[in-house]
Amino acid sequence: MKTKNEIIKTLVTKRCGVIKPDSIEEFIGAGGYQAVVKAFSMQPEQIIGEVKASNLKGRGGAGFPTGIKMDAVLKAEGSPKYIICNADEGEPGNFKDKYLMENDPHQLLEGMIICAYAVGASHGYIYIRGEYGDSMTALEKAIADAKANGWLGANIKGSGFSFDVMVHSGAGSYVCGEEFALIESLEGKPGRPRNKPPYPTTAGFRDKPTMISNVETFSNIGIIVNGGGEAFKAIGTETSAGTRLISLSGNVKNPGVYEVPFGVTLADIVYGLGEGAPDGQKIKMVQLGGASGPIIPPELLDIRLDYKDLADEGISIGSGAVIVIDERFGMMEILERIMKFFCRESCGKCTPCREGNRQILNILNKFIACKASEEDIKNLTSICNVMCLTSFCGLGQAAPTAVLTTLKYFGGEYTGRLAAKS
Amino acid sequence: MQLLQIIEKHGRQPEDLISILLDYQACKTDNYISEDDVKMLARQLNLTESRIYSVLTFYTLLSTKPRGKYVVQVCNDVPCYVKGSVNVLKILEKTLGIQEGETTADGVFTLEFTSCLGCCDKAPAMRIGGQLYGNLDEGKIGEIIAKYRGQ
Ligand SMILES: Cc1cc2nc3c(=O)[nH]c(=O)nc-3n(C[C@H](O)[C@H](O)[C@H](O)COP(=O)(O)O)c2cc1C
Ligand code: SF4
Ligand code: FES
Repeated sequence: MKTKNEIIKTLVTKRCGVIKPDSIEEFIGAGGYQAVVKAFSMQPEQIIGEVKASNLKGRGGAGFPTGIKMDAVLKAEGSPKYIICNADEGEPGNFKDKYLMENDPHQLLEGMIICAYAVGASHGYIYIRGEYGDSMTALEKAIADAKANGWLGANIKGSGFSFDVMVHSGAGSYVCGEEFALIESLEGKPGRPRNKPPYPTTAGFRDKPTMISNVETFSNIGIIVNGGGEAFKAIGTETSAGTRLISLSGNVKNPGVYEVPFGVTLADIVYGLGEGAPDGQKIKMVQLGGASGPIIPPELLDIRLDYKDLADEGISIGSGAVIVIDERFGMMEILERIMKFFCRESCGKCTPCREGNRQILNILNKFIACKASEEDIKNLTSICNVMCLTSFCGLGQAAPTAVLTTLKYFGGEYTGRLAAKS
Repeated sequence: MQLLQIIEKHGRQPEDLISILLDYQACKTDNYISEDDVKMLARQLNLTESRIYSVLTFYTLLSTKPRGKYVVQVCNDVPCYVKGSVNVLKILEKTLGIQEGETTADGVFTLEFTSCLGCCDKAPAMRIGGQLYGNLDEGKIGEIIAKYRGQ
C-alpha cells in the first residue's frame, strides 16, 4: 500500500494552510500574481495555446477542454465579454471549491485575470452559493486587496488592460450550478436552464460572449502560465492532465479535501487517504461525483482516476466527490435520499425530470416496502432511460445515474425485495 | 428606511432583485418577504409582483412565510445521513419542541431540512443564521442552541 505522501500531489493546494489566506502580501511572497505579469507579456493566442497544450479539462463536472472554451470566447463577436466563476458547488458531497476559496482566494482571482486578458473580457463575476458565507467574505477581502494593490481595476500594473470582479451570492438552488441556470440567476431571474446552442461562449451573460468555469479550473490557470502547458500535461496520465481535488466524505476515518494526480486508484483515495471505514465496518458502496454520480461496489475501486479509464467502465467522477457508505446502511434508503434531493431541486421546466424523479421515488418506495414486482424493475429502467435521453438539462439527465448503476452492480438488492408471489 | 438603503447599495436594475431580496430578508426578524414587502418592491423597482414572486418562490433561501429569527437548517443528504443526520434532527426536535417545518412559539427558531451545506467532511452538519456547524452530537447541539437562545 502506498503512503499518503506517495498518493498526494500538492499543486493547486500548495499554498493552502501555508499562507494566511487573507494576506495578499503572503500570496505574492509565495509566488502569487507572477503568472499575471508573465501573461501580460504574452499574446492572448499564446496563452490560450498554452492552456490547450496543457490538456486542462473543466473541473466543474462535464470535463470540457478549457483551452477550446477560451478560444471560442476570444473569437466570439460582441462586447463586452464576461468571465464567470462557477462557485455554486451544490452537488452533495462536494466541498473542494469552498476549500480553495477560503484557503487561497487570490489564486482564483489570478486565474480569472489571466483568462479575462486572454479572451478580452472586462468584467467578471464569482457566483458563490448563498450558503457559503465564509467563502464570500474571503473573496470580497481578496478583491478589495487586489484592487488596492493594482491587480484589479483600471490599467492593471500599467498593462493597459482593465478588469473588475464582483462577488454574487446565490440564493439556494442546486440547478443554478448549471451554466445557463446560473446566468439566468445572475440576471436576477429564477434559475432555469436555457436552450443550447447558442452556448454561453457566444451568447451568455446579458447575451454576450461569456467564459464560465469552475473555481478549481481557474485556480489551475496560473500554474499553467507559469510552468507552461507541456509541463502541466506531463502530470497525471496520458489521457488526463494535472491533479484533481477530491472531496472525501461518508464512512471513512479521514474525510477531507485531498489533491491527487490523475492516475492514482480510487482505492488509494478511499483506503490510502481515507483509511477505510471506521469502527471495523466494511465498505458497502461508494458514490462518485455526488448525488448525480454512479454508485459502485468496493470491488471496482481498483479503477484509476482517469477520464478514459472511468469512461471505459461507463462511469465518471464529476466534480471529484467520493462518498463512502458502509454496510450498516441499506441501498434503498440511500437511493431514497438521493431521489428526494432531485425531487426538491428539479426546476420543473421539463416533464421528464419534473415527473420522472417523483415516479422513481414512488417505485423505490415499493421496493422499500417489499411490494415491488418484476414489472417495477422494467418501469424503473425505462423511466431512467427516458430521463437520460430527454431531460432538458444535465440535472434530469444525470438524476437517474445512482439508480441505473445500482441496477447494474447491485441487482440482487432489487430482486431480493420483490413481493413474495402467492 | 432600510429597504431604500439596500436598493441604493445594489441598484434598481431587475438584475439586482435577488441580492436586494436576500439582504432585505436578512435584516427582518421574521425572516421572510411579506405581501406588503412585495408591493413596495414592485413599486420601487418598477417590476410586476408576479416577477418578484417568481424569484421568491424559486430559491430556498428566500421565504414567503414568516420564519423564526434563526432558521436552523439540518443537512439531509447522503454524506450527512450516513453520519447520523437523522439523529441530529431528532435531537433538535426535542430541544426546540417543534417538528421539521415549524417555528417555535416565541418566534426564535424555525427548523428546516436543507440540501448539502458543503460541510460533508464535518458531517453531520447544520446551518443557523448563516453560520455553519459540523461534527454535531447531542452535547454540541445543546450548546449551540443555548447560545442562540441567549441572544
Ligand atoms: C445540475 C447541474 C449542476 C451543476 N453544478 C455545478 C457547480 O456547482 N459548479 C460547477 O463548477 N459546475 C457545475 N455544473 C457544470 C456547469 O454547467 C458547467 O459545465 C461548468 O461550470 C463549466 O466549468 P468547467 O469547464 O470549469 O467545468 C453543473 C451542471 C449541472 C447540469
Ligand atoms: S432537467 Fe430538471 S432541472 Fe433541468 S430543465 Fe428539466 S426540470 Fe429543470
Ligand atoms: S451532505 Fe451534509 S454537508 Fe454535505
